[in-house]
Amino acid sequence: MTIHAIPRRSTPTRARPPGQGFRELVKVEAKLAVRAPIGLVLGVLLPTMFLVIFNAIPALKKPAAGTTLTLFAQYIPVLICLSLALIALVSLPIPLVTNRQTGVLRRFSATPAPPSWLLAAQVLTNLAMAVVAIVILVGGGALFFGVHLAPQLAGFALSALLVLLAMFAIGLLVAAIARAPAVAGVLGTVLLYPLLFFAGLWAPRQDLAPVWQHIGTYTPLCAAVQAMESAMQGHFPPAQPLLVMAGYAVVFGIAAVRLFRWE
Amino acid sequence: MITPYMPRRHGQESTAVTTNIAGPAPAEEAVPRDSAGHGSADSPPVVRVDRLRKLYGPSTGVEDVSFSVYPGEVFGIIGPNGAGKTTTVECISGMRVPDSGVIDVLGLDPQADRAAVRECVGVQLQESALPILIKVGEVLNLFASFYRQPTDAAELMDALGLTEHRGTTFRRLSGGLKQRLSIALALIGNPRIAILDELTTGLDPQARRDTWQLIEHVRDRGVTIILVTHFMDEAERLCDRVVLIDRGKVAALDTPAGLAARAGGGSHLQFVPSALFADSVLTTLPAVTAVEHVGPRVRVTGTGDLVTAVIHALEAAHIEAKDIQVESATLDDAYVRLIHHAGHIRKEALRP
Repeated sequence: MTIHAIPRRSTPTRARPPGQGFRELVKVEAKLAVRAPIGLVLGVLLPTMFLVIFNAIPALKKPAAGTTLTLFAQYIPVLICLSLALIALVSLPIPLVTNRQTGVLRRFSATPAPPSWLLAAQVLTNLAMAVVAIVILVGGGALFFGVHLAPQLAGFALSALLVLLAMFAIGLLVAAIARAPAVAGVLGTVLLYPLLFFAGLWAPRQDLAPVWQHIGTYTPLCAAVQAMESAMQGHFPPAQPLLVMAGYAVVFGIAAVRLFRWE
Repeated sequence: MITPYMPRRHGQESTAVTTNIAGPAPAEEAVPRDSAGHGSADSPPVVRVDRLRKLYGPSTGVEDVSFSVYPGEVFGIIGPNGAGKTTTVECISGMRVPDSGVIDVLGLDPQADRAAVRECVGVQLQESALPILIKVGEVLNLFASFYRQPTDAAELMDALGLTEHRGTTFRRLSGGLKQRLSIALALIGNPRIAILDELTTGLDPQARRDTWQLIEHVRDRGVTIILVTHFMDEAERLCDRVVLIDRGKVAALDTPAGLAARAGGGSHLQFVPSALFADSVLTTLPAVTAVEHVGPRVRVTGTGDLVTAVIHALEAAHIEAKDIQVESATLDDAYVRLIHHAGHIRKEALRP
């Protein structure tokens, strides 16, 4: 018996898997995000809790010294940063690394669906949670604490978008280089605290020593707070914080794509 | 297009049956059995592996492996741990890129035609992982959505006894159920070729038998099956042909019976005759290859239906055979001999 020559096709006719597969995948990822609600608790429940608690403190509704903002309104950008950081550095990378380590990505790579779909679906569900967190905080601020975004809505939205991209890029780099979920957890946490420190979660930025203030302006969450604060006061955010955030998004985003390990 | 390769449905194979297969084929590339087996040698191969090479280190991976798989057959890949079995099938399914050599799957290149190859090749991985909180029904519907012409998920769940577990999350499934789900995922895309890697490892004997039966059903639906196993009884029961891979190279390729006969010299029959008789009574039989005397016992070696032939011949010569013992060479014997011939016993797998 001779081996028959098999004509080799030059152009694949069914190179692309069906598009409804990706929609199904996003649906399933959304269900999984509800079943293991780390992201929902950290990113959505936590900020809602802050709103309810702070609403019980009448002093926070008084205007802050030297600004047109209430004390609470001043705190909103920091809370947004807290939510985004938790989603991007904890909720996003750990399941990604788990999927790679346990072989879920490999199982997907044996189907017509590219494994990048799984990644994209997980990024999308986390992005959705991040957007919900921002809407809850800003909406709650407007309802209960007299926050007015209308004059610089575009500037605020741009700032929020850039910090979203910057933080997700950092989270994806963590997912790219961490070999085990525990490593991703440690890396994420190690990054979380200094970034939140510079954002002013524990002490107002203005109270830091000048050199630390200066360093802070080059960190993504501090830049985000600066940009959002100025938008809330009716000014278009200055170029520097916007560029800092964009820089993080581009550099970390490229590094994450370059270094991502599929196996 | 890949239409020339219609999946063979049971009972409609080509009528041209070759009749020259009397004993084990000595050639490296044994022809699949047409009459008894399920392969069809008249059709071009559905999978062709030619001088595949994929090394991970000095002594792991695949060095030089070639074989062809024909439509409708169950093709076994056996060999010691770390011999390169899994690497070979991973190259076929496109999950690994070969260092060199040609892999042809239904006329497609698994690397260049990624989605097209995966569309017609279902894969059951050695260790299948899924998100722990995903439910059986969800994952089947999800995987179905990845294929152009998937099989009906509800029907498949019925066939595999998964329907009552459709709402169970992956982490709550028992080992046997995980295995069944893994097989279901290999079949959900309605594949023409199914690659099953260590199908029954870790299953209890009943679950193994059930799984074998299931595989026979799948084969009867016309799916070509490539089965990686290190259980010789499994290969003997299910496979039309087997390739024995050892240290990254093909050590033998034949039908299970052919391999067994090649290494063990067929089956043996021992008995104590009631009276002396001339050896020619037996040596003239076509099934007999050797007659020896061991003390009072006579030991006959041969192939085919040895027992019937010998008993009939003895009856005709009015000789009674007492204390009859039959031993047939099994694939197990062949495996041990062929690996032993290769001159070593390999340690545990050294996969990266």
